[in-house]
Amino acid sequence: MSRDTLINLLYLFSATTFLLALKGLGSPKRARRGNFIAAVGMTVAIGATFFKHVDGHPLHHVGLIILAMVIGVIVAVPTARLVQMTAMPQLVAIFNGVGGGAAALVSITEFMHIHSTSPATYVTLEVLLGVLIGTVSFSGSAIAYAKLQELMTGRPVTYPGQQIFNGLMGLAALGFIVTMLVTGSMVLLWALLAVSFVLGIAFVLPIGGADVPVLISLLNSFTGLAVAASGFTLGSNLLIVAGTLVGASGILLTRLMSKAMGRSLANVLFSAFGSATTSGAAAAGEERPVRSASPEDVAVLLGLASKVVIIPGYGLAVAQAQHVLRELAEVLESKGIEVDYAIHPVAGRMPGHMNVLLAEANVPYEQLKEMDEANIELQTADVAIVVGANDTVNPAAKDDPSSPIYGMPIINADLAENVLFLKRSMRPGFAGIENELLYNPKTTLVFGDAKDTLTKMVAAVKQN
Amino acid sequence: MGNVLLQYSTVLMLSIFIGIEIVAKVPSILHTPLMSGSNAIHGVILVGSMIVLGNANTNLEEVLGFLAVLLATLNVVGGFVVTDRMLEMFKPKKKVEKNEEAAQ
Repeated sequence: MSRDTLINLLYLFSATTFLLALKGLGSPKRARRGNFIAAVGMTVAIGATFFKHVDGHPLHHVGLIILAMVIGVIVAVPTARLVQMTAMPQLVAIFNGVGGGAAALVSITEFMHIHSTSPATYVTLEVLLGVLIGTVSFSGSAIAYAKLQELMTGRPVTYPGQQIFNGLMGLAALGFIVTMLVTGSMVLLWALLAVSFVLGIAFVLPIGGADVPVLISLLNSFTGLAVAASGFTLGSNLLIVAGTLVGASGILLTRLMSKAMGRSLANVLFSAFGSATTSGAAAAGEERPVRSASPEDVAVLLGLASKVVIIPGYGLAVAQAQHVLRELAEVLESKGIEVDYAIHPVAGRMPGHMNVLLAEANVPYEQLKEMDEANIELQTADVAIVVGANDTVNPAAKDDPSSPIYGMPIINADLAENVLFLKRSMRPGFAGIENELLYNPKTTLVFGDAKDTLTKMVAAVKQN
Repeated sequence: MGNVLLQYSTVLMLSIFIGIEIVAKVPSILHTPLMSGSNAIHGVILVGSMIVLGNANTNLEEVLGFLAVLLATLNVVGGFVVTDRMLEMFKPKKKVEKNEEAAQ
């Protein structure tokens, strides 16, 4: 067997492990093993590449390759290990961005290498697509990171003529690509690189913080496509398979997420959602009466319940209150009260983020109910506890066609007999929209820091 | 444009459909690990980065290739470690209770 055949066989093995990993993610039991298998496959592919011959010679600069890898490992491992679970979305964004950057660099470098041999038009096209998509993913992810890390405002950034500017940027990129296909000019490659970089930033700026998770999923998919494009240029089946798998699955995931918010993907990307200040009932909102109570008061209510549904949101994680919440659930269960968690698909800052945050607090995943199931459970619940959530329980999504979130499926907290709304203040949520549920006669507000309030509730329930 | 391009295009088409089929069945509670896991998988660009650096002739190619390997390594390693950390926390109820008993 020749050296090339053997290496390609190993690549085939790696591609298979990637498929198995994605398949393993279909169940919580097999997911971790799947991820491990993919890591093994990746290691095999990298190991095999060291023995590869390109253009009839072994790899040059092996020392440099290893040096770059060592630096990468030294930076990546502690970052990934030590970061807070709440900061996970921005970390995924940044790891995705560097992948896109690497794909763009591979395309550029390979093009410089083969430029003198005047490559076929389709090869140039693959290179240019790789550069365009990879760079957009890189700069776009950087802005997404800045928004989530609160290095800049999470609100949509808009300016006059924004759509026109973005359109012109897109046209410029297209123009450069066409011109390069005709002339093969190297200078234009750098121009395309610059335009793509600006395009990535301009594309992400008007997207509001609440929509960034959908965006990261889309950029993840972009990086996959950029990797596939590099795969075409380098003639590597492995890169094409892995890149395309990620690209296709990412686009599907992005669509599922927009659907969960009741909006089209185009609306998420182009409407600068949440830039307008609150609308409709909001103006008069601050004057309206609400009912509030102390943690001790509501503990009595909880003690009398036979079924409680907890509706957590990102605010829970910000207050670092997941563990106290689980403690409250356990105390209630020890009194024979049935407890479930209702998880909205877009609760948190990424799809399924809330599940991860609760899993971290050792909440068993059997208790985590997806939205449709939770809405059935809520019909027979005595108490619904809303903690750190807001937009995902906002009835305006059902009743108020003028509301920006109209049409988003929500968790119907008001189906329960009583609603406890744990809240820091009357400030509207992440999307900046007033919540009618606060004024519902069933609702009791418990003001204060979520962690503090829950701790008091645990103590009070224990005493009852 | 020859057989090679056709062969790669075949692989591309098949991968698109397989990708969609596999992911359509993933439950929403695993969407975040899925995003993170697929993020690690596109880190396979490291293989491409190694090839371009290993084939570099000029200084500029070396610099760009070096950067590519560095960024791709961050992507691969960071991606897998973060995903593992997330999945580590998905435990079924029984196991959690057992762990607590063991701790007592």
